[in-house]
Amino acid sequence: MVEFWACVLGLSILLYILLDGFDLGVGMLFPFAPGEPERRRMLASISPVWDGNETWLVVSAATLFGAFPAVFSIILSAFYLPLFLMLAGLILRGVAFEFRYKSTTSRPIWDAGFVAGSYVAAFVQGTAVGAIVQGLPIANGIYAGTPFGWASPFALFCGLGLCIGYALMGACWVAGKSDGALRDFCFRILPGLMSALAAFLVAVFAWSVAIRLPVLDRWMERPVLLLCPLLGMFAFAGLVLAVRRRRERFLFLAGAVIFLAAFATLAGSFLPYMLPFSLTLWQAASPHASLSFLFWGAGVFVLPLTLAYTLVVYFVFRGKTRETGEY
Amino acid sequence: MDISALLLSRIQFAFTISFHIIFPAFTIGLAAWLTFLEACHLITGERIYRRLSDFWMKIFAVAFGLGVVSGIVMAFQFGTNWSELSRRTGPIQGPLLGYESFTAFALEAAFFGVLMFGRDRVPRWAYLVACLMVSLGTSLSAFWIMVNNSWMQYPTGFSLTPDGVFVPTDWSAIIFNEAVWTRFPHMVLAAYVTSAFCVAATGAWYMLRGTAVQEGRAMAVMGLRLAAILVPMQLGFGHLVGDFVHDRQPAKFAAIEGRWNDQQPASEILIAWPDPANERNRFEVAVPYLGSIIGSMSLTSKELGIKSFPPEDRPPVAISFFAFRIMVGCGLLMLALAWTGTVLSFGEGILKARLFLVATASSFPLGFIATLTGWFTAEVGRQPWVVYGQLRTADAVTPFLTTHEVAITFVMIAAVYALIFGFGVLYLFRLLRAGPIPANEISLYATNPKRPLSVPGASPGVSGAAPLGE
Repeated sequence: MVEFWACVLGLSILLYILLDGFDLGVGMLFPFAPGEPERRRMLASISPVWDGNETWLVVSAATLFGAFPAVFSIILSAFYLPLFLMLAGLILRGVAFEFRYKSTTSRPIWDAGFVAGSYVAAFVQGTAVGAIVQGLPIANGIYAGTPFGWASPFALFCGLGLCIGYALMGACWVAGKSDGALRDFCFRILPGLMSALAAFLVAVFAWSVAIRLPVLDRWMERPVLLLCPLLGMFAFAGLVLAVRRRRERFLFLAGAVIFLAAFATLAGSFLPYMLPFSLTLWQAASPHASLSFLFWGAGVFVLPLTLAYTLVVYFVFRGKTRETGEY
Repeated sequence: MDISALLLSRIQFAFTISFHIIFPAFTIGLAAWLTFLEACHLITGERIYRRLSDFWMKIFAVAFGLGVVSGIVMAFQFGTNWSELSRRTGPIQGPLLGYESFTAFALEAAFFGVLMFGRDRVPRWAYLVACLMVSLGTSLSAFWIMVNNSWMQYPTGFSLTPDGVFVPTDWSAIIFNEAVWTRFPHMVLAAYVTSAFCVAATGAWYMLRGTAVQEGRAMAVMGLRLAAILVPMQLGFGHLVGDFVHDRQPAKFAAIEGRWNDQQPASEILIAWPDPANERNRFEVAVPYLGSIIGSMSLTSKELGIKSFPPEDRPPVAISFFAFRIMVGCGLLMLALAWTGTVLSFGEGILKARLFLVATASSFPLGFIATLTGWFTAEVGRQPWVVYGQLRTADAVTPFLTTHEVAITFVMIAAVYALIFGFGVLYLFRLLRAGPIPANEISLYATNPKRPLSVPGASPGVSGAAPLGE
């Protein structure tokens, strides 16, 4: 039961990263688009799906609270300030989609909210991952740090890295969804984003070694983990190739595999710990009575339904997006 | 009073939940109202039901979007500000709130798309089913929230581990909690009554203005007649909730009654000015014996006063006392309006009764006020416990939280809410002012299922037929 909910949690977080990742990325690239028509097309490419993408954040939070309340209470309280910043960003971003078309004079406010919300959300998520990997100070099952205890240089660097990664995903997605000037724009910025991501990955690896990140020890114990970065490298090479040959249909796939590899590397290097290295899955899990209660309704019935619904939406809105915003 | 992280966290939670509850109260009722309209349309084939449905669908979409957005913050507050509550009650509250998220998403998200998008793409019966499913989804979501809240009001079916974690032992005792079966209908009826009065008030407004008179009249009459049945039911369930509070939460009951000393037989205080510092009422109007009758259905029963409870276990008396009276006052006002309106509606009287129409038109916020004050009564009355009799609110707050942190986030959230809700309410008002599309115009829809806030006609100077993104 614990394993099942760990898988559900992993899956929903992964889906959130892959799906909301690219639409946050689109928000980050938004101000750099060549012009208003291109901006509209960028918005049109994510409008039908962003809401559903963001739902995976809620599903992840609900799963975490439902199945692993101990971790829920530690993580949410430890990242108190940045989490609120992220929520404010996500709310502003969410209403910006709707309000920007309804307003004439206040449009700059909503555009600014959309862009800033995207950056803040991505940065906070990356920082949180960095801080968790580095290890949160925990005593007696309670976060024992200061309000800015998470804000180590390493964590902030990870925040920057995730911004680059999401922006890359955003560019891949838009390239696949567009043609003409907008696609040219994507192909123009992709090499820069890719070099930035490569540089970040090298730097973060060197930094981890330099500060003797405890998760690195796990790599010695589990050499099989090396397959993950290897897969990531292949995907990266594929991405380079796809950009060279302008095969925009493969871009997003390659980007997604890079993220998948990174996620698997991370998960593999600290499982079965949920918070390295203080709380294991079993220590964090709710009692069996809670997990099985959740399993028979939410796990067996609702979750597959939600997955199916997500697939249907992506299938319905497949193909290139037109400028008008009518789907 | 010291400004502590605890106090600020409580205010922050009260602020976000008060903002949030307005929209579910509206959408639960509106979803049922839309289902009702669609059923009427399907059965009678009258065009007016379709026009009303089209109109209220737009209002519903905006209110639904704002409800979803404002709800996200609350889910996170459990962990950010109340981490001890999450850690200790997580095994029980986690799955309950998990079900709320899962079921609400599965039903609402899937069928909301059909509602916004599928009017002309699915058969009429399927559209009705979609309405029904969204309605079911909103009610189901309310059900899980009420189950969770009722467990906090009356914790059952658990055992405590040595380190204070609540472990579920009997889920049926938790879900089929004694409190749920009066409190859940009370909440759903509150939502229905609130929406009925929004509909009736809007109708009366149109009648007064002389625009969309046919639709306006239909709204006013249907809203008031519906309320004429619902409000008495609501008062009945309110009484049952009161019985529960009397038996299970005597301190809350005494605070609501404004009764300081034990009384036998007890009188019922109608109006008073509670003075907690001196543990008495400065001024009161009371009816002898009525307190015992309301409390225990007897002329002689002894009713407890607040002084029977140690000071550290007493809820804030003044807030409970006044909130309860405002709620009941709104309820009685709505009853009077609904019954008067129903009598007037059989005949042409309602068209001439301008004074009554003005009163009805200004009754728009009554349901919201009653819902809010009802929640204040329930939640403030539960203090100082967050899990009644088991876990104090002071022990549930995130232990290391500083006042500065809460103050910063509070200002941030308040600013964001003020911005988005200011504009959201503005758009709702514009929709209401514009009124239904006249009968002779064909409605051309271009809405998107995944964008609940995007509704044609919401923009200034943009007609209902304008496609999105222009």
